[in-house]
Amino acid sequence: MSVTSQALAAVKKPRKFRLTWPIVLGGVVALILLLSITRVVSGANDITSGGTMAAMLAAAVPIGLAGLGGLWSERSGVVNIGLEGMMILGTWFGAWGAVTWGPWMGILLGAIGGAIGAVLHAVATVTFGVDHVVSGVAINILGFGAAKYLAAAVFADLPGGGDTQSPRLPSPGTFSIPGIGEPLRSLEQTHIFFLSDLAGVLRGLTQNVSWFTLLAVLMVPLTWWVLWRTAFGLRLRSCGESPTAAESLGVNVYYYKYVAVIVSGVMAGLGGAFLSLVAAGIYREGQTGGRGYIGLATLIFGNYRPGGLAGGALLFGYTDSLQLRQGGTSVHALLFTLSLLVVGAAVYLLVKRHRNVPALITAVAGVLVFWLYQVTDSVPEQFTTATPYIVTLLVLALASQRLRPPAADGLPYRRGQGH
Amino acid sequence: MSEKTSPVVKDTFVNRLLGRVTLSGWLALAAPLLAIVFAALVTGIVLAVTGNPPLETLELMVEYGTQPRTMVLTLNSATLYYISALAVALGFRMNLFNIGVDGQYRVAAIIAAAVGGAGLPLPGWLQALVILAAAMATGALWAAIAGLLKAYRGVSEVVSTIMLNYIATSLVAYLLVNVFGVAVAGSNNIGTKPIPEESRIPGLALIPGTESKVFGLIILAALLGIAFHVLLNRTRFGFDLRTTGLNQEAAVAGGVNVKRMVVIAMVISGGIAGLAGMPQLMGSSYSYSLDFPAGLGFTGIAIALLGRNNPVGIAFAAILWGFLYNSAQILDLHDVPTEIVEIMQGITVLSVVIAYELVHRYRIAAEQRKVSKELAAAPAPEGASK
Repeated sequence: MSVTSQALAAVKKPRKFRLTWPIVLGGVVALILLLSITRVVSGANDITSGGTMAAMLAAAVPIGLAGLGGLWSERSGVVNIGLEGMMILGTWFGAWGAVTWGPWMGILLGAIGGAIGAVLHAVATVTFGVDHVVSGVAINILGFGAAKYLAAAVFADLPGGGDTQSPRLPSPGTFSIPGIGEPLRSLEQTHIFFLSDLAGVLRGLTQNVSWFTLLAVLMVPLTWWVLWRTAFGLRLRSCGESPTAAESLGVNVYYYKYVAVIVSGVMAGLGGAFLSLVAAGIYREGQTGGRGYIGLATLIFGNYRPGGLAGGALLFGYTDSLQLRQGGTSVHALLFTLSLLVVGAAVYLLVKRHRNVPALITAVAGVLVFWLYQVTDSVPEQFTTATPYIVTLLVLALASQRLRPPAADGLPYRRGQGH
Repeated sequence: MSEKTSPVVKDTFVNRLLGRVTLSGWLALAAPLLAIVFAALVTGIVLAVTGNPPLETLELMVEYGTQPRTMVLTLNSATLYYISALAVALGFRMNLFNIGVDGQYRVAAIIAAAVGGAGLPLPGWLQALVILAAAMATGALWAAIAGLLKAYRGVSEVVSTIMLNYIATSLVAYLLVNVFGVAVAGSNNIGTKPIPEESRIPGLALIPGTESKVFGLIILAALLGIAFHVLLNRTRFGFDLRTTGLNQEAAVAGGVNVKRMVVIAMVISGGIAGLAGMPQLMGSSYSYSLDFPAGLGFTGIAIALLGRNNPVGIAFAAILWGFLYNSAQILDLHDVPTEIVEIMQGITVLSVVIAYELVHRYRIAAEQRKVSKELAAAPAPEGASK
């Protein structure tokens, strides 16, 4: 008896970190505080301006949608490297729909375009049992080629279009929460510590937001609800954890994998349509710029959860948006933030975990970053474009070992293999 | 998956695809051919739907593609593709997916070009060797980052190499503009200082009937193919590498240090990748500039898959890709978008991998039929009630 309870205690022991609303809010406030300190010290006012925050949201949406696509697919056990190709299809189909029938049809067709790529991926991986990564790479090549071909075939003859770009696209429109735009702007311009930063964040997130952005943001809770709060979602996730067990309970694994992969393509296609309709207002060749892959990376460091990947997408969107807002100065200021964070981590390691050597190494790294901040004035523009990728790599290097992908993710499954 | 297969070679899709489980006889040849025919059919349909005559387009491509000058171009492209695909294939044989070949060869090419243009006080041939060595070392170092992250931090090489590709783009742009770049005379292009004449590799007049020459480093590509085969099939290291790819548990039981193997395999793959740009650099461009060929690494992935990670198969696939790419250039003159080739390539890759899988299943079914026939023909065992 006591042995059992001891065993139970041992099982329960690993501290279960649960993200609750107070923690999330506290984290956001701490983050703004940190950026606020950085802004005051470095004078880089753009790092919390409303413009930057709006750009962050716009940059995060396509990546977040790609990440959600990855979430659907990988939760059902299908690795989806093909997100990039599906996204490319989304940019072209979205642009084509918008040019022909208006913005909302563009959104719909973008989703359908992504779904076409996804059907191919599902046929190859689920029906034919082809390796997931291999099929995904083929989808990427195909999506890229198809979009190029279609653009040359369709857009070249339209006024204002060309072989590699579409005419100007109609936009789905924006909304603002009325009455707070001007007060927030004037508060932001006073550059008061913390209050102005908060005003900047609020203004960026509530003024002139595209309806498409709202739609995309709503996909996050919707995905969470479907996958974690419905029987359908439970079955879908069971296919990603143990397809043979799911099969033995009467779940049609092929069906769930198909649905998951197609929804995945819809999400990626929406992400692509967002890029051409809202972010750029035009279809351009090579527009996705690897955002499908980055979506996959945010999924991984969001630990295969919707909230985590949304956070990852925002982080990526933030670093991505800075390059357009006084890139060199702003990214340079972030070096200061980074040094604060690293030194904070060193203190945590020393005081809470009593790990002296790692703490020392971390502290030295923090001092080095600070030194780098001190001796330079600005980061060369070529490196500001690389910031998001470097940040992703760093986060993965630090966090990878704590992550838990679905147990049967990427493994081949044939019906009846468990017998 | 739990069928009776040999204890070491797990009979998984990846193993079959990567040529580690042999497909027998004519099927091994028929599968890719059928897939290519299928891809051509689909491409024809796409052409027809978009209002271009499929047969005439194909004819144009074949006619243009078999001209001597185009054949030289095809071989030249194939040389670059081949080396890049070998780099990818080496990773594949160990279940490592090196998507980062693209970044590795670009970083390597600019460093090698800079070394070549630095005016080292060396005889020409020695400097040529130094350039090649610099390229290999740079590619290997860049790939080592992903290898170390995978071995010691558990970061999937798929994601880390993709990120490293983007970082490579920034790094190369920075080096080109701020460190090594000089204006190229008579254009607004910028490039590294050109490699001195005595270190350049002369072309070979392999194809009769044209002035153009094939890259001299095509010989290096061939040597790399042979070395690839020998390394994997005739050395202890190659055995360890293949074992790790086939069955990691078996490899560990056999005393292989998997972490070390991951890093070494990435380093070798990156070293080969570093050479991918060299035929172009030392045989034609002589300096790294903004218009240096891009995207070789991704082409390499497709070709490695098509050639089943086998040096001979990859050679055929590389030539096919080179042919498709170069022969399509004529289509521009006839108002057919050349991008049709990319659609065809994508469909080819997808249908080839599906074909390999189907052939494999067909073989299993055939074997099972054979076995059950033999069992039925055999006399009933003693004591078995009818």
